[in-house]
Amino acid sequence: METNINFEPKIIAFVCNWCTYTGADLAGTSRLKYAHNVRIIKLPCTGRIDPLFIIKAFEKGADGVLVSGCHPGDCHYTSGNFHARRRWILFNQLLNFAGIDNRRVHFSWVSASEGRKWVDVINEVIETVRKARPFVGYSKMNKEYVYNE
Amino acid sequence: MKIGVFVCHCGENIGKTVDCPRAAQESAKIPGVVISVDNKYTCSDPGQNMIKNAIKEYNLDGVVVASCSPHMHEKTFRKAVASVGMNPYMCEIANIREQCSWVHDDVEEATKKAIDLIRIAVEKVKRNFALTPIKVPVTKRALVIGGGISGIQSALDIANAGYEVVLVEKEPSIGGHMSQLSETFPTLDCSQCILTPRMVEVYQHPKIKLLTYSEVEKVEGFIGNFKVTIKKKPRYVDETKCTGCGLCTQKCPIKKAPNEFEQGMIKRTAIYVPFPQAVPNIPVIDNTVCTYFRTGKCQMCVKVCGKEAIDFNQKERFVVEEVGAIIVATGYSLYKIDKKPKDSPIKGYGEYGYGIYPDVIDGLQFERLASASGPTAGEIKRPSDKKEPKKVVFIQCVGSRDESKGFSYCSKICCMYTAKHAMLYKHKVHDGEAYVFYMDIRSGGKMYEEFVRRAIEEDDVKYIRGRVSRIYEDGGKYIVKGEDTIAGIPVEIDADMVVLATAIVAQNDSKKLAQTIGIPYDKYGFLNEVHPKLRPVESSTAGVYLAGACQAPRDIPESVAMASAAASKALVLFGSDMLEREPTIAKVNESTCAGCFYCQKVCAYNAIEKKEIKDRNGNFVKYVAYVNPGLCQGCGTCNATCPSKSVELIGYTDEQIFAEINALATL
Amino acid sequence: MYTIGYYPGCSLTGSAKEFDKSLRKICDLLGIKLVEIEDWNCCGATSAHATNHLLSVSLPLLNIKKAYKQGITKILAPCAACYNRLVTAQYELTKNNLVKKELSEFLENDYNSIKVINIIEFFQEIIKEGILDKKVVSLKGLKVACYYGCLLLRPKEIIDFDDSEQPSSMEEIIKITDATPVDWNYKIECCGASHSIAHKDIVVDLIGKILGDAQKHSADIMVVACPMCHSNLDMRQLELRKNEGYKSIPIIYLTELIGLSLGLSPEELGINLHFIESRSVFEKYFSKVEVQL
Repeated sequence: METNINFEPKIIAFVCNWCTYTGADLAGTSRLKYAHNVRIIKLPCTGRIDPLFIIKAFEKGADGVLVSGCHPGDCHYTSGNFHARRRWILFNQLLNFAGIDNRRVHFSWVSASEGRKWVDVINEVIETVRKARPFVGYSKMNKEYVYNE
Repeated sequence: MKIGVFVCHCGENIGKTVDCPRAAQESAKIPGVVISVDNKYTCSDPGQNMIKNAIKEYNLDGVVVASCSPHMHEKTFRKAVASVGMNPYMCEIANIREQCSWVHDDVEEATKKAIDLIRIAVEKVKRNFALTPIKVPVTKRALVIGGGISGIQSALDIANAGYEVVLVEKEPSIGGHMSQLSETFPTLDCSQCILTPRMVEVYQHPKIKLLTYSEVEKVEGFIGNFKVTIKKKPRYVDETKCTGCGLCTQKCPIKKAPNEFEQGMIKRTAIYVPFPQAVPNIPVIDNTVCTYFRTGKCQMCVKVCGKEAIDFNQKERFVVEEVGAIIVATGYSLYKIDKKPKDSPIKGYGEYGYGIYPDVIDGLQFERLASASGPTAGEIKRPSDKKEPKKVVFIQCVGSRDESKGFSYCSKICCMYTAKHAMLYKHKVHDGEAYVFYMDIRSGGKMYEEFVRRAIEEDDVKYIRGRVSRIYEDGGKYIVKGEDTIAGIPVEIDADMVVLATAIVAQNDSKKLAQTIGIPYDKYGFLNEVHPKLRPVESSTAGVYLAGACQAPRDIPESVAMASAAASKALVLFGSDMLEREPTIAKVNESTCAGCFYCQKVCAYNAIEKKEIKDRNGNFVKYVAYVNPGLCQGCGTCNATCPSKSVELIGYTDEQIFAEINALATL
Repeated sequence: MYTIGYYPGCSLTGSAKEFDKSLRKICDLLGIKLVEIEDWNCCGATSAHATNHLLSVSLPLLNIKKAYKQGITKILAPCAACYNRLVTAQYELTKNNLVKKELSEFLENDYNSIKVINIIEFFQEIIKEGILDKKVVSLKGLKVACYYGCLLLRPKEIIDFDDSEQPSSMEEIIKITDATPVDWNYKIECCGASHSIAHKDIVVDLIGKILGDAQKHSADIMVVACPMCHSNLDMRQLELRKNEGYKSIPIIYLTELIGLSLGLSPEELGINLHFIESRSVFEKYFSKVEVQL
């Protein structure tokens, strides 16, 4: 099973516009380097993140998902990140229950001034997801479904 | 839908890592894209014209610009498309510079990523619809928090332009740190002489409402329409009756409270005016030391006051002010090296003996010693035995530029004020010796370097490059052990007094205030500007501006410049009656809303109201949620919470986001 | 019964025998059980961290591992160098992923639950627990300079039981003996022990300053908590004594001072083993002891 450990995982990151997106911009402005296999989807606030987005991301072939917003107390919208955190804690348990390795789902706080942290988070997420190996849950399910038909 | 894609090279910035022509070619294959081109500098005039021409030529419905971060040029491009009649919200940015070309090296992978990012943007644009900005009225009144030189300057500028200002100061008097300074660099003019007239001007200005001994408690609303609750702490002196005669402060029997204004070097009474030139010149009772408050007896001040102005029954009062703009000018405090907070990463400078040795003092204490109105009337005397020190050592960078014991930043003003201190000392004690331990001399500023040279060359201040490892007392002298890194030898100086240029730190309540107002701060507690170069006085919350040392260590000219800049930002806002706001707010689908009001519970802005739905005969049918467009800030938490998906955040609808995720199917 | 793991290290079995002896005596008297780590090995001080970083971390961790297997939850390391190595190794294990990775196989476990304490913390604890509360002899009038040296308090990121620049914990402890701690300036200056053999001239200069300052602040004796400081200040003082008019100052261990106040005799505590004679300083107190006994 260790053969796949060198694959390049696909990560979709849902980030808030004010802290993490700006932090990711700062990583660029500071010319820091990080792994290329992450795609950012910008939202106004992590509070906007519907758990279904995460499901959708997995369905569309993501191997891992990252949700990242402002630090507690720093939310541009006062409390959106708290709602996101609560939702994420519950949803993460549900995913785990449903058999999705929780090494695939990540949550972090990255502020607008933490370009370096963003780089570290991305690299860590990628390493963790790499260990979880490619996500085949959905494609397998689709095959079985066709077979049963 | 017809969409145009414009891939920017940004000179070499993008072009070096992303194969822009290929990205443009690949983007052309995305369904709906009718034109896809690359361009050297899309933000330039020719670049923008190219977009405008394409819109006309191909009759485009939407535009995707693949370039730098939307935080950089989204506005530019939206304005450009609007100029040829396209709705600005039909333009989206794919961030292929900050989040692609600058962070990756591999051309192949970066190009693939850039194409993905363009695809995301194209799919989003396809689902965008024309939006018009929301217009809200502007309250043409400003709140200035902090009555130091920055706050004073901002308040005067706005008031002189004819708008009302509410100036809030937490201390009993305005003036701030500048009122404590003796002389100012590089001109050596007396600080109070230039400040006091301004303080009086503030007090007498018909457009300025001054609230001293008050703190901002709550901030609600948004740009143009803030509602601010201000706590007025009890002075126990009726401001309307007091004439400032000062009899009460003379007669007060409690004379042992440390005088904050004099940095604790002398004592003050329980009822006191912080300093003689205080504005307003109304005393305040310190209820922690006042005998009446501790034992219920005394009342000496009541007896001597002819105007019956003393009122022991005063309570905290809350004042609500409606303003359109807020200027934060709360200033700084000094790094107190004797008392280190337990949870602080700062380990302090125990080896300097500050707080143990009475003649090891900080910069502000020296300012008071050198000040003509200070505890020694301007004569330099040691706090311990009131003798004139013949040898004074000044140590720079105590806490600044020192990650292991303080902060990594430079406090900026210490090089200059230490030179000033040494100079003032030499001017007052002609036969004295002044030594300065420094790391580097940072004297950027008009006439600053000349000033430092004057200290060295004309006033014979001895500058030693190196750090001090220890100070200890020996036979009435303070032995300063340090290193002269230029000569490469250890040095020991037997000083009579040591002055530490301790770091400038954020006010200890700056984080709390920032959270109250809803503006970001950095890891040191300094308030963050939205852009360090191009928008240095604006916070990321619209309508909240920053002035002075609350944002970073600043000297007086910079603080004043920032204050005027912040004031002008507020005046720009007051220049129009209506304010345009982003239309990306939540909207309720009233036919599917079941009226559970979960959205109301998660909304941080109280923007969701109950609305009655009636049938055509006027009979009540149901309650549904209604989003007040004036209050909604567009975070979208309601959208994610709604069980029936009846609230949608315009600009970030479920459909749009799912489309963005779908666009990554080929990831 | 108060039980604690005990790591003596090489010093306490050799040059600092009296440190060990006095500690054991006190513990016997107070009913404290010292459980020596079985088959303890070198802590790696002096040479290991200059030779191989990993080795310098593994050696102390091996000791902690042995203690763990013995069921010890708290280790007393009286030697300041041993203490420093043990806590540094634990710190490295939490902060340095490289070290953690390299040692994961050998470690088998997380040993940071084991607390390593020094002699000052030990006394702080037994005073707090009420174990050390009796005093047979009052050392009233004895002026003591507490000398901390370098290893006990630094680096401050790792060791934080006291202020690394203005320490006061030892002063607090000796108050129990009624002796008076003097306020002096060289509490944490380097004594030069690592150069004690090779560069005697440097060392004599350094200890001259330290001892001189203590005497200037009218200290009768100097109390130390480190075997290296002790041997250096005690032994190299003989060089200073060659100077005419030099008045020597006895250097004794913290344990010895506490032992004296508990009524133990200098011989029981090993004070007679020091180079600098101290009987003259303590004589007046001993006479009282004999009366009491």
